[in-house]
Amino acid sequence: MATLRVPVTKDDHAQGPEEAPVTLVEYGDYECPHCGRAYPIVKRVQKHFGKNLRFVFRNFPLNEIHPHAEDAAEVAEFAATQGKFWEMHDLIFENQQALGPETYARLTSSLKLPVSAMESALEQGSFTDRVRSDFSGGVRSGVNGTPTFFINGQRHDDSFDHDVLIAAIEAAGAKKPVKK
Amino acid sequence: MSKPSHKTIDISSAHKQHEDKVLAPGAAAPDFTLHVTPDQTLTLSDLRGRPVILAFYPADWSPVCGDQMALYNEILPEFQKFKAELLGISVDGPWCHGAFSENRHLHFPLLADFEPKGAVSKLYGAYRAKDGFCERALFVIDKNGIIHWSYCSPVAVNPGADGILQALEELPK
Repeated sequence: MATLRVPVTKDDHAQGPEEAPVTLVEYGDYECPHCGRAYPIVKRVQKHFGKNLRFVFRNFPLNEIHPHAEDAAEVAEFAATQGKFWEMHDLIFENQQALGPETYARLTSSLKLPVSAMESALEQGSFTDRVRSDFSGGVRSGVNGTPTFFINGQRHDDSFDHDVLIAAIEAAGAKKPVKK
Repeated sequence: MSKPSHKTIDISSAHKQHEDKVLAPGAAAPDFTLHVTPDQTLTLSDLRGRPVILAFYPADWSPVCGDQMALYNEILPEFQKFKAELLGISVDGPWCHGAFSENRHLHFPLLADFEPKGAVSKLYGAYRAKDGFCERALFVIDKNGIIHWSYCSPVAVNPGADGILQALEELPK
């Protein structure tokens, strides 16, 4: 069973409390249709577990078959430096069919972020190292395609269908929060 | 002295037995020559002097975009840090490999264990006779042609590259 070799740190993009009983890490590619399919599923899973789940997204672009994956990842990393990582991550997945410079500019300005700064960052490859580093860490952890999920550091080899993911996260120690 | 009535052991294959049936570390990697394109062949022993990764896999054209060969294609620079050569092997013919390789922009050779079908995979204990295709079996062979590490993944699970990288790191520089 493959294990996450790069522990989650404050540098990661995380939603949910650090002390949540379960952390779900996704290595994803913004242009991959399977990641596109997983995107709303993860949202439902997050809603299900509330504060009992921490979700982390890391980059794993398959550049040879997805020509937009790298740029999309770097645009999201740019947005992160402006405090809008998750908004951009979500917007990119919602616009998966139209990835490209015009879409990135449109999404950037919709988040009220500076388009020219985003474009220079892409041109200069300011976030290439960050994306590479996610990728290498993923390779060493046994990422075997996109999306690859790790639940509390163990690679999830089953499907990412909603019910299967929920069951796996429960098995790792998270419960649906009880409504008071 | 009378012999007890138990099954005779095939000595020649006993040393090859491994919990996953694939050839175990320490065994010499059987040499072979396979077609890499319809006109060209590749011989394993020609690659002596550098580590070799053999990735046996069931078939080209699985419906997953991050399939095993596409994944290793992305990871090639990591393998190249160790000067390792990656070879993919399935029972698909060289024409199928050519089309698949072009579609996925693969930068490493795919070998056709096509005729006789599965002959090389059988040498490595990596053939699924009932199915007629290869196991998902990985081998890291050192620069002297000895298997350093091997692993057979359940056929439905893409084994990733972490085992390969760990094995490469263990090789003497």
